Amino acid sequence: MIGIIDYGVGNLFSLESSLKYIGAETVITSDPKLIEKCDRIILPGVGAFGDAIDKLRGTGLDKVVIEEAGRGKPLMGICLGMQILFEKGYEYGVHQGLGLLKGDVVSMEGRIPYELNIPHMGWNSLNICGENTLLKNTKDGDCVYFVHSYYVTDCSDSLIATSDYGIPITAAVQKGNVMGCQFHPEKSGKIGLDILKAFQEV
Amino acid sequence: MIRKRIIPCLDVKNGRVVKGVKFEGLNDVSSPVELARYYSDNGADELVFYDITASFEERALFTDILREVASTIFVPLTVGGGINTIEDFDRVLKCGADKVSVNSGAIKNPGLISEAAKKYGNQCVVLSVDVKRVDGRFTVFAKGGRENTGIEAIQWIKDCVARGAGEVVVNSIDTDGVKEGFDLEMLQAVCQAVNVPVIASGGAGCKEDFVELFNKVPKISAGLAASIFHFGEVTIDELKRELDDNNILVRL
Repeated sequence: MIGIIDYGVGNLFSLESSLKYIGAETVITSDPKLIEKCDRIILPGVGAFGDAIDKLRGTGLDKVVIEEAGRGKPLMGICLGMQILFEKGYEYGVHQGLGLLKGDVVSMEGRIPYELNIPHMGWNSLNICGENTLLKNTKDGDCVYFVHSYYVTDCSDSLIATSDYGIPITAAVQKGNVMGCQFHPEKSGKIGLDILKAFQEV
Repeated sequence: MIRKRIIPCLDVKNGRVVKGVKFEGLNDVSSPVELARYYSDNGADELVFYDITASFEERALFTDILREVASTIFVPLTVGGGINTIEDFDRVLKCGADKVSVNSGAIKNPGLISEAAKKYGNQCVVLSVDVKRVDGRFTVFAKGGRENTGIEAIQWIKDCVARGAGEVVVNSIDTDGVKEGFDLEMLQAVCQAVNVPVIASGGAGCKEDFVELFNKVPKISAGLAASIFHFGEVTIDELKRELDDNNILVRL
């Protein structure tokens, strides 16, 4: 059973549908006992870093996620859900993340060539660069769907794929059982479904 | 690097896709679910659904269809048509839409864009604008292109982006339906004015029109079309191969 953590951010319809589509049993929940029973966890997220981490802390689920990850349970963050796995976020102030992975989340503004639009929205190809199990079904150059204005830096520790948007943008990370995608696998067609299947098999 | 997107657009009325369509291997060509699956299996980077129904009952049917599409097709979905309030945003987002496009609703109430962007994020709010030259001036038209608002289009688009629109679909009434190519002059003007993705609509008649679009207006993010795809004059896969042959980056 895959537990999708419900802490009041974002629309979980597509994520739940895509997991059902690949045959995974899922539950959308904010109940710590139920999360403990799940054999893997997805942390979704849309919106701003500070708002999301505050909501997660407000429900006490931050501790649950950290504990479960500490026990070796596969945990995947998606989009903002991946960003809050890291140490600090610089979106509307400075915010402490969960600190499960080493790195910071910064704005693309001023870091990418000025002629490129923000958000980075659309399909971009993956450059796979690190040992992983999450992308075992994925090939270098496969395209996935992104929508974001902030990205993770200084994460060489966990980096497994980047995408080129004037500069290399962190696209996917994994360190042991803790992993994440900046892009939306649930919106990335067959390639995305294959990544969800890989997570199901981690 | 980011790919140029190709987006087919489906007008839905009474639970069916409007405009007769013909495809080999597709039995029910006016089923939105079948057609959406066909397009997504054949390379569409995104799908746009326009709800052109009028009554409450038909609108409920539209959301049922949207829910069915969103639970079986895993590419981004944009929904437009009849979006006038924040409740309309809520209704379609709950059924699995990723982005919501506003047109006349934003003209009636410009605060709608800021309200929606604040609640759902800029990436969720698409400004759709119908533009026509009036005395040489780009002018915004409302109500499906029937009503001249007198508003200057470039300033209107800039204002809407400042309020939080995360993407802009520009439909040129002057080139729409003519099938002689996109309105490059208008699109260039919009791309220079804003720093969010701009989607070209109106005028595509053949593959070469898309090649010309992406070559001459390099900042354009996507091309949107309906009839040339629906009538099978051009398949998305063929179009993308043509773009690739012309060194335009697409997702193959």
